[in-house]
Formats: sequence, C-alpha cells, structure tokens
Amino acid sequence: MTDWGADGVTIRFGRKTALDRVGVRVSAGKVTAVVGGDGAGKTTLLRCVVGALAPGEGTVRRPDARRTGYLPPGGSGYEDLSVEENLQFVRSSYRVDVQLDDYLDRAGLAAVRGRLAGRLSGGMRRKLGVIAAMLPGPELLVLDEPTTGVDPVSRADLWWLIARAAAAGAAVLLSTTYLDEAARAARVLVLDAGHTLAEGTPAEVVAAMPGTIVAVPGPPDDERERRRAWRRAGQWRVWQPDAADGLTPDLADAVCVAALRRELAARGELADA
Amino acid sequence: MILKEFRQLRRDRRTLAMMIAMPVLLLVILGYAASFDVSFIPTAVAGPDVAAVTATLPKSFHVVAANPKPDSAWARTELRDGHASIAIIGAGARPLVYLDGSQLFTARAALGGLGGSSPQSRGGLGGSSPRVILLYNPDLKTSYVMIPGIVGVILVFVGTVITSLGVVRERQAGTLEQLAVMPLRPADVFLGKIVPYFAVALADLAIVLAVGTAIFGVPFNGSVPVFALGALLFVFVTLGLGVLISSVSQTQGQAIQLAIMTLLPQVLMSGLIFPLSSMVAGVRWIAYLLPLTYFTEISRGVMLRAQPIASLWAPFTYLALLGAAVTVLATLRFRAFLAPKAAR
Repeated sequence: MTDWGADGVTIRFGRKTALDRVGVRVSAGKVTAVVGGDGAGKTTLLRCVVGALAPGEGTVRRPDARRTGYLPPGGSGYEDLSVEENLQFVRSSYRVDVQLDDYLDRAGLAAVRGRLAGRLSGGMRRKLGVIAAMLPGPELLVLDEPTTGVDPVSRADLWWLIARAAAAGAAVLLSTTYLDEAARAARVLVLDAGHTLAEGTPAEVVAAMPGTIVAVPGPPDDERERRRAWRRAGQWRVWQPDAADGLTPDLADAVCVAALRRELAARGELADA
Repeated sequence: MILKEFRQLRRDRRTLAMMIAMPVLLLVILGYAASFDVSFIPTAVAGPDVAAVTATLPKSFHVVAANPKPDSAWARTELRDGHASIAIIGAGARPLVYLDGSQLFTARAALGGLGGSSPQSRGGLGGSSPRVILLYNPDLKTSYVMIPGIVGVILVFVGTVITSLGVVRERQAGTLEQLAVMPLRPADVFLGKIVPYFAVALADLAIVLAVGTAIFGVPFNGSVPVFALGALLFVFVTLGLGVLISSVSQTQGQAIQLAIMTLLPQVLMSGLIFPLSSMVAGVRWIAYLLPLTYFTEISRGVMLRAQPIASLWAPFTYLALLGAAVTVLATLRFRAFLAPKAAR
C-alpha cells in the first residue's frame, strides 16, 4: 500500500521558518499523530500535506483531491447550513454516492440532522467536521486538532470515528496537543518550533529517549537540575541523562525530554547535562 | 479603557484612514461636485438663422449642434441621444424649443435662461416668445430621473457590498481553505459564489423597476433588451468589484469599509444627484471612471428617452471593458486565493 506524507519539507513565511526539513509518513489503515505546542508547525505541516500550502523545499505525497479528506483548523461546516445540508454539499462536491444516514448514525448526529450547524454544541460540530471529511471515503484523511476544546465524551466518540476511518483503510494524519491521544497512534511526529524532535512509533520514541526520569517531591534546588525538571500529575520529574534506574517513561515523558534537550542544546548545556 | 481603545485604533489602519482621510476627501470632492448650478447647457439649433439665434442665447447656452434646416425630427433626435439638452428650431417671434426633461436640473436652468421658471412663462431668446415643449419628463418630476439611477445604486449595493461580505465570511470561517482542497475548480467556486448574488441582483432590479413604474409612474419608453444588456454588464462590474474587495479584506468589517468607499463616490458623483455638467473638470473626470455614471446614463436614456443602443455605444463599451477587466482581475485574485500559497 502507498504511504502518503512529506519528505524534507521546509516552509518559510518571510524570515520565519515555520517548518525546517520536516518529514512525515502516513500509512494506509494507520493513524499518524503530529504533536507539539503552539507554533510548533503542526497546522503548517497538515496544510502542506493536504495541498493548501506549497512547500518551499521538499516533496509531498498525497492522492488527488477526490481521495483526500480534510478538516481544517476549527473547521466544522457552514454555520448557516443544517447538519444534513452540510453533508449534502460535501457529497455533491466530491460526487460520491453515499448514504448520509450511516455517517449521521455513526457520529450520533441523526437526531439533529435538521439543526443548523451553528446551533450545535462544540463536540457535535467537530463530529460534523470529521464525518464531512470522512464522507468521500478518502485514502488520506487529514484532521487538524479534531479533539481540541471538546469534552471527554465527545473526544472518545471522535476517536472512535477516527479509528473506524483507519480500519476502513484510510491513512489518517491528525494533529493534537494531547499526548495521551498521540500514544494511541501508530506513528508519532513530535514538532517544536518547526523542527522534528522525534519520529516513529510511540514505543520507538520512548525507547529513543536517552537517560532516565526520576520523581522528586518538589522543584530541585540546583538551578541546572531545575532546567531539566517539569511538573506532571502533581509531582515533579527530573530527566537524568546518566542515571540507569528510574521511572518507566511514557510518550509524554519522552516528548518532554526531547523538548528539554533541544532547549538545553540551545543554551549549550547539553554536553555536560 | 481609553488607552486600550487608542492602541487598537492605531493598529486598525484602515479604520484610522477612513476616519481621517475620508472626511477630508469627501469635503474636497463634494465641495467641487455638490452643485445644482448648471453653467453649461448643450444646445442644438436648427433653422436658417443659426448665427442669429446663437447670438441671442444666454451665456450658459452652448451650441453643440447646428442644422441649417428647421428640422424638428433632427432636433428631437439630438435630445433623445443626449447630445443636447435643449433644441431651438426656427427664429423670429415664436421659435419652437424642445427641452429634455430627463436632465432635470439642466432643464430647469434652461427654462430660467429662457426667461421663465415654467413652460407657461417665458421671454428669453432676444425678446421672442418661444413655444417650449418638455420632452420625456413633461412635469419635471424628480422621481422620473431618480428611480432609473436608484436601480443602479441597488445593483451596486447587492453586487458589491453583499457579494464582498459573502466571500469574506467564507474566508473568516476557514471554509474557503477547505473549498480550495476539495475537488472543485477555482472557476466552480467563483461561479458558485457569485451566481446566487447575480440572481438576487437581477430579482432586485425587476422589483425596483416594477415598483418604480407601478407606484411612481416612471415610464419605460425604451427597449427592454437594451436595458437588460446594460444592467447585465453593470451587474458584472459590481460583482467583480465585490470579489476584488473580498480578496483584499481579512474581515467582514474591512470589506464593508471598502465597499462603502466604492459605493459613496458612485452615489454622489455619478450624476445621479448632482449634474455632471455642474462639477469642476477634475472631479468630473473621477465621475467618468465610475461605473454607475454609465449605468445611470443608460437607464435614464433607455427608460425615459427610448435611446437606441447605437447612440449608447460609449457607456456600453466602457461597462463592457470595465466588466471584463474587473472580472479577469477578480478571477485571478480568487484563483490565487484558492491555489496553494507559495511558501518561500
């Protein structure tokens, strides 16, 4: 099966480099998550993959527009069209012959099919946006933060929809700020200020983390050590580059360490850290 | 709060420019444009004594066409085709004078120049007592000349203001980017966006014309197809302007500002309210760039004077050229809008 994605993509907006030689691989039937904080370059990468933005350097592999589904940032259909009218518009634009009832049932929107999209709750609107992107039965499904700002129940519903799309054979590329969501993906790309911090399966990203992590009751006194510490779930964690024993790290720890290492390297503290 | 408001205002350069530059601009333009005083009355003279008649004319009457034969049909054609606002046939004690009532202020000024404020009282033309016939608007009704022009204003409103809002709304909602990556050609999106507004503009046109003729009794003397062609060209121009405005506006507020900046000069300077001949030359040239100037000429000419298309070639040509230029520009801008933006 074909892998979609991007290789060595660089995008600059004026003097600002939004993406610096970034690559991502999106396989059919799998979910690839792009994670990173604000300004990491997640949306820029997704826009580039979907064809809304042309890369300055590098290459992009994507199917043609008929076989690509896209949920833009904040996208959730036209406010002044009903749920059903939104889906009808997508169906006619892609010229696909699908039963809307299936999609409405899957998303739990059948009961509100006649309601204006602008009058839906936030979670319902995102579900509408996701099923609209899924409607053409795309080979590549690109979803920009589909679960951001959505309640936990709706998040679970959205992930069920996403998993269904992948199970149906779509290559899913999504961005998220939630690391617990990224941990469910087959592959993860971690971005920070337009640079790749880590890439691979969640297990590979965790395994690639050097050193180990220890838990401490409060912020470390030593200033250098404090720069390697972060707070998580009510406790402090410190990255120990040379220690052998410590906590079993998860994806969230590995991403934090990758970001710390980049910061420390920029300060020239990585060599003796 | 005041400091915050000033900071926001300072960064909203368009609003700031509108607040500072617009009043100055409007004052200067209107100072030169807003005048009902007619100092130039294009006059046609027919008959063997053209020179003698010309010598008796008041200062504001300028002979633009002359015919040695006392041909009243020729004189009426000069008025119908808009070459002259007044035609004087014959000389002697009781010459015949035709006045174009569709040029309201010019007709009133001409009546005044003839020595009377109404067709019943006169005494100009070197003491002779001309027989005056008011054509096209015998009672010099304001509604007769305003409604054909207002049709154009409504088309500008729907075509430019509403269209620009519709496109920008799509951009603001982020749905334009989604359209860009959907399997739709830019032309499909462009047409899909403007066809509904085009239809609404035409429906508005029909409603305004029906109301104008039924309630205000404005005559429709000319050819419906000629009028329809003029309206069609004009709607193309206004829709194209709407799309152009939307392509340089980030928000609906900015689009409204720009649309008003195109609507206001057209209302004030197209000859709809103030006669073009009353404006000083510099301002009149601005008026000649505005599409509404030409549509008003067409609509008044066709509706009131039954002007044929042959004598309206100039406004038709201008609107066609402007429509083509604006549509091409708007399409290009729209394509660039939908095409992947080149990152450097």
